[in-house]
Amino acid sequence: MSFDASTARGDLILTRITKSYGDFKAVDDLSLTIPKGSFFALLGPSGCGKTTTLRMIAGLEEPTVGSIHLGETDITTTKPYQRPINTVFQNYALFPHLTIFENIAFGLRRRGVKDVDAEVNKVLNLVELPHLAGRKPTQLSGGQQQRIALARAIVNRPALLLLDEPLGALDLKLRRQMQIELKWIQKEVGLTFVHVTHDQEEAMTMADTIAVMNEGQIEQMGSPADLYDNPETAFVANFLGQSNLIKGTISGNDGDSLVADLYGQKISLPKSRSHATDNSIYAGIRPEKFRISLLNTPVSGNVLSGGHIEDVSYIGVSTQYQVAMPWGQELIVFEQNDDGVAPFKKGDAVNISWEPIFTFALRGDEDVTAGSEVNPEVLDEE
Amino acid sequence: MSKKIADPTIPRIPAAAKFQRWFGRNLIRVYMVIAFTYLFIPVAYTFAFSFNDAGKSNLIWKGFTFRNWQNPCGAPEVCSALANSIKIGFLATLFATILGTMIAFAIGRHQFKGRSTSNLLIFLPMATPEIVLGASLLSLFLVFKINPGFWPTVIAHVMFCISFVVVTVKARIASLDPRLEQAAMDLYANEFETFRRVTLPLVAPGIAGAALLAFSLSFDDFIITNFNSGTVITFPKFVYTAAARGIPAQANVIGSGMFFLALAIVLAGQFVNGRKAR
Repeated sequence: MSFDASTARGDLILTRITKSYGDFKAVDDLSLTIPKGSFFALLGPSGCGKTTTLRMIAGLEEPTVGSIHLGETDITTTKPYQRPINTVFQNYALFPHLTIFENIAFGLRRRGVKDVDAEVNKVLNLVELPHLAGRKPTQLSGGQQQRIALARAIVNRPALLLLDEPLGALDLKLRRQMQIELKWIQKEVGLTFVHVTHDQEEAMTMADTIAVMNEGQIEQMGSPADLYDNPETAFVANFLGQSNLIKGTISGNDGDSLVADLYGQKISLPKSRSHATDNSIYAGIRPEKFRISLLNTPVSGNVLSGGHIEDVSYIGVSTQYQVAMPWGQELIVFEQNDDGVAPFKKGDAVNISWEPIFTFALRGDEDVTAGSEVNPEVLDEE
Repeated sequence: MSKKIADPTIPRIPAAAKFQRWFGRNLIRVYMVIAFTYLFIPVAYTFAFSFNDAGKSNLIWKGFTFRNWQNPCGAPEVCSALANSIKIGFLATLFATILGTMIAFAIGRHQFKGRSTSNLLIFLPMATPEIVLGASLLSLFLVFKINPGFWPTVIAHVMFCISFVVVTVKARIASLDPRLEQAAMDLYANEFETFRRVTLPLVAPGIAGAALLAFSLSFDDFIITNFNSGTVITFPKFVYTAAARGIPAQANVIGSGMFFLALAIVLAGQFVNGRKAR
């Protein structure tokens, strides 16, 4: 080997990466920096290019164009076994002919590490499964296999740990538990985690930074709160949770705020949350930010009047309302069930109000349905 | 345990329906017994007549003896024929397994020009009548001025065994998850280490099965061998020739011995696999 990439440490830097299969671009001119020590999530629907990106970082695919650096070292064309990067595969890919101990020891033995026993036992204790060392992978439950796959990767103390939908095969309850555990282990061992998932809730629970991917490109990147409260595109607004997007025009300017006209009703929104390029906008408000009030009740903030309750769904912690507006759109509103009773009935005439700072604005030429029909995890909310 | 009490309020199932149910459940077992009887009568017959106190010909039961088993090489040439068959079988198996496994990996794992054609052509030797193969091989050897004998027989056996090895090993490779090899590469194993530590151990049962199949095909072969072996007498050739003047009971001893050996290997394989799976 002319150089040794295995000692490279530092930030992971993808520079203008494209991966084409014939005419199809799985990843399209993607640039990305993942800071050392962070828990980073690549979030997107299936087919958005997130797994291809992960495989290029692992070295299992080579980019058609572009470069990958780990710190100062160019690793674009190095083999997977020359990179200080380990992967937790989607279906774990534990070696069925080896014991759990030998599965975990595999990487250590290949690198010629001296004290294999101590290292393996240490990591088995970390994932709380030391009693399974002598078993074969098929004798383990899904959750146990998941932890062993994680142990097999982190025992090597890689500069970067890649997780490819690692919790996809687990049931909801176990997944929640593993989310918390993974986060804890990441803090404990202090490695950089890059986590690929289509589950927005999973990404938001675990990651410090999320990059939302769509059609081979990064749609938006930021902290979970940033992405949720201030989405820049309809895709992000719909893919992370639900959004009410209402067509309107910017009609005025008031200090730090903009005034918008939504079907003849004036509202205000912070300038910092407007991503519009001209006067035509979609005003976006999250369903839980809305408040519903009967016509004679005084309200503050932005108000849209003339609605009536179209449908009421009681879902435990909250009640979900569909409110039909005069211009024909149905808005979704989540109200906390603070007093245990749903206060509005189907057919009630109501106003909708909210604090202006919770409004964001998207470009008026966006496809408002982008990202909403591809989120399989929305129905998981109970 | 609670005692079963006949409750007159529960309607009883008529006997005819009960029999019908029993028959439906056990039909497959009855069928299995008949099928296995058909399959194993010849083997049982061979085994039984290995204890026959026969003189020259082993056609009529003349009394029970252990003499044949105590002295399996008693009949002239039987053991040298057996040794030839084992030698040829071993060499043919060795070469056919190595070459066939390599072809199986090439076809099963790599994209190359002519892949689908090779995939099809590999079945050709299996589909060609042995009598044609044997005769044309002989004329081919003679064209190249190679006299029939031991090595031409080995070459001929390797040729027809390869197809079976390729098909068997390819099936095993197809069932192998490519992510296991990717995981090995990800865990610092280079191409060679990945093959040695992950791919080969996982394909090994398929290769072992292919080798067993190749050996039994080679050991058993008469037609192609008869054309190409010249003066070398193999076990099937010996039995065929002996049939004219009476097959010695030692042939039954060796036949039964081979059967039980094969059975033991298969059972051992099942046992090892069973332990692995647990």
